[in-house]
Amino acid sequence: MSKTHIIRRGLNLPIVGEPSQKLDLTEFVRSFALSPSDYINLNPKLIVKVGDKVRAGDCIFHDKSNDNIRVTSPISGEISAIERGPKRRLDRIVIRSDEKCEYVDFGKEFSADKESTQNKLLLSGAWTLIQMRPYGCIANPNDTPKAIFVNGMNSSPLAPKTSISLKGREEDFATGLIVLKGLSPRTILSIDVDEESKTLIEAENVEVHKFSGPHPSGNTSVHIAKISPINKGDVVWTLGAQDVAIIGHLFNSGELHLDKCISAAGSGMIEPRYVNVRAGQSLTEFFKKNAKPGNYRFISGSVLTGAKVEREGYLSAYANQITIIPEGENTDFLGWVLPGFAKYSMSRAYFSWLFPKRKYNLTTKVHGEERAFVVTGQYDKVFPFDIFPNQLLKSIWANDLEKMEELGIYEIVPEDFALCEVICTSKQPLQEMVRKGLDVLYAEMN
Amino acid sequence: MKVLQDILDSARPAVTTGKLKPLYPLYNALETMLFVPDHNASSGAHVRDAIDLKRTMITVIFALIPALIFGLYNSGYQHYRALGMLNDSIGWLQFFTLDNFIFGAIKVVPMIAVTYIAGLGVEIYFAYINKHAVNEGFLVSGLLIPMTMPIDMPLWMIAISTIFAVLIGKEVFGGTGMNILNPALTARAFAFFAYPSFMSGDKVWINTSVEANQNVVDGFSGATALGQYATTGSNNYSAWDAFLGIVPGSIGETSTLLILIGGIYLIATGIGSWKIMLSSLLGAIAISLIFNLVAPSMISPEQQGFLAIPFYFHLVFGSWAFSTVFMATDPVSASHTERGKWIYGFFIGFLGIMIRVFNPAYPEGMMLAIIFMNVMAPLIDHYVVDGNIKKRLKRLKANAQ
Repeated sequence: MSKTHIIRRGLNLPIVGEPSQKLDLTEFVRSFALSPSDYINLNPKLIVKVGDKVRAGDCIFHDKSNDNIRVTSPISGEISAIERGPKRRLDRIVIRSDEKCEYVDFGKEFSADKESTQNKLLLSGAWTLIQMRPYGCIANPNDTPKAIFVNGMNSSPLAPKTSISLKGREEDFATGLIVLKGLSPRTILSIDVDEESKTLIEAENVEVHKFSGPHPSGNTSVHIAKISPINKGDVVWTLGAQDVAIIGHLFNSGELHLDKCISAAGSGMIEPRYVNVRAGQSLTEFFKKNAKPGNYRFISGSVLTGAKVEREGYLSAYANQITIIPEGENTDFLGWVLPGFAKYSMSRAYFSWLFPKRKYNLTTKVHGEERAFVVTGQYDKVFPFDIFPNQLLKSIWANDLEKMEELGIYEIVPEDFALCEVICTSKQPLQEMVRKGLDVLYAEMN
Repeated sequence: MKVLQDILDSARPAVTTGKLKPLYPLYNALETMLFVPDHNASSGAHVRDAIDLKRTMITVIFALIPALIFGLYNSGYQHYRALGMLNDSIGWLQFFTLDNFIFGAIKVVPMIAVTYIAGLGVEIYFAYINKHAVNEGFLVSGLLIPMTMPIDMPLWMIAISTIFAVLIGKEVFGGTGMNILNPALTARAFAFFAYPSFMSGDKVWINTSVEANQNVVDGFSGATALGQYATTGSNNYSAWDAFLGIVPGSIGETSTLLILIGGIYLIATGIGSWKIMLSSLLGAIAISLIFNLVAPSMISPEQQGFLAIPFYFHLVFGSWAFSTVFMATDPVSASHTERGKWIYGFFIGFLGIMIRVFNPAYPEGMMLAIIFMNVMAPLIDHYVVDGNIKKRLKRLKANAQ
């Protein structure tokens, strides 16, 4: 019998552009790219050069401090460009795919031996799918986690339903769970309380926990806090349900297929729906066919945590959705004084609260300027942790490492502050602040 | 709108790079007041709530306006009544008259103007020195300060009090968001201690200036209800009058009814903390009931009388309502934790009524109670947050075993 946890504090953004259940295969894409910046705390050492031929699963770059953590090619083809930013920072490795799609064979054998499992994951690059807490970066293979949390739900705005994303890959998912079982004493799968898919509800080799309530009820941090909170010194590994399926597929077929079924949604999509994609693929063609013309923002990820990409951009490594929403235009004459019947606010300071069921075509407008922290108690309404958000943020601001630890920074990652950032009266960049705090701690501890 | 935008655009080069650069904070404040900027999210979440600090502050101003307008009428009403120019038999039917309003407006509008000019002047100066934008905090303080002053307060005193409050109460700590004391109350406290003869006693609450052929009526007393209680143990205003607000007092504090409406609006919009308001109410009721119990053992009959009054008298007389709704709820100087807000609010009500009753030098205690609790708020927060830290440590220890 699985346990149900009820999350009360949170907020489901009333945003238009929900994906329909229709699923499309995307057409064959020629261009792929890997961005080292997608991988938190990874310091890339490039091992290919322009013109090299690679197969899907061949290493493109690895971590300088740990050679074993490899990022591998999602596709077979030729390295067509290596783009660098200021100070020769590695920005992007572009791979032009051939039509053969050759995969490196990592072998189908599976032994219960932890080391050989880890080696296979590391060698294939599938290891990068496993994240660790604290810090929210790629897991360190030398750690022994107290548990592995598989997130089988997603409560972000316009997010894909896990059961739809997993359709057709049930077997891989089950294999993946067996693989994970060999890595840690405890594996936990969290699912939506309304989940109907038997793949998830009756998943084996895993503890199933149900969660209900508004976003962030689907955030892994919330699940960890409810089931087995992180203390100083604890390590927990986390990954998404589709990542488990990719790992399962690796062990079933011996090949690394970084394929995902994601939602492409938002008011800028002509027809919001589900699409099959591969990590790192070019989105140029997709946007050309599916995005409405006009001034839109293309987001690889959700409106809360995603990365802004260009119309000619690439899907980022960990994205589970694509969102297209309008960019904000025009200043707003006396916008702060007028009743504001059409403005979305969680508070009832604008009279739009008279229409509680309305959904909004939210734009990227900030609606105001950055200010010092003034309002208190606001974040608590959307922050379902036993943590004082204002005090934690101030300790990060003051760079007070001890206070950050005491106030529970190990229990959260930036995405948990995304809703706080949305409703923040002072328009403070909270996710950036939290990332900075975690980086400072990471540098101090490692 | 287009015209305004064009004017602003044409002035932009001068204030950003040209000779008028020192005026940039003023320009920026004006521009962002007229037009909410079209900035787009560049990091973090891509969508944002429509609320900002300007909206938060204007919401408080909306909540203050009924009490302010009532205050204008009341100033005139009290004045003409003191002069015997009203027909007592129809009582307060003569309240909402143009004469009353004009009298009040002539007195109060300059006070508001002076407060804003003095306060925003200091704010803009500091914005220029510290190279940040002008914060909206003063929009509310600038209205609160005149509303807590007696009608005859000289303008220069208001200006000095305001400058003191913004300078010492706020800017030396780093500006809006960093202050320890409520700036509006700092201004009032400064005026109270610097110019006591203009801020307390029986003569200051009603304007009794007379023109030719006018006289103050016989037997007139300008004392507030609390002033009367402190000296005689009784008062000649009914609780009903005080609830409606037809009593002498500071300009904006008299009408409990309209303050209540403002408070409900603040709670409904989510801007004001209902926890602070409710706990202040509980604190005031608690101390009143204690006073009722001990009243018979008091020595002087005045004290007996004052201690014996029912709790709802304390809520409608004096500034309990105004202080609780508009002063105690200032988020910066209040307790920052939700649990702390309960303690903070409770003691504001509790101490406010206690000072009011026990200290004959201060017929009203809310100002001092709030300033005292402003100072205590960080301490309360410290212990609340410490509880959270200890809980985490305990979990760590339990885990280690």
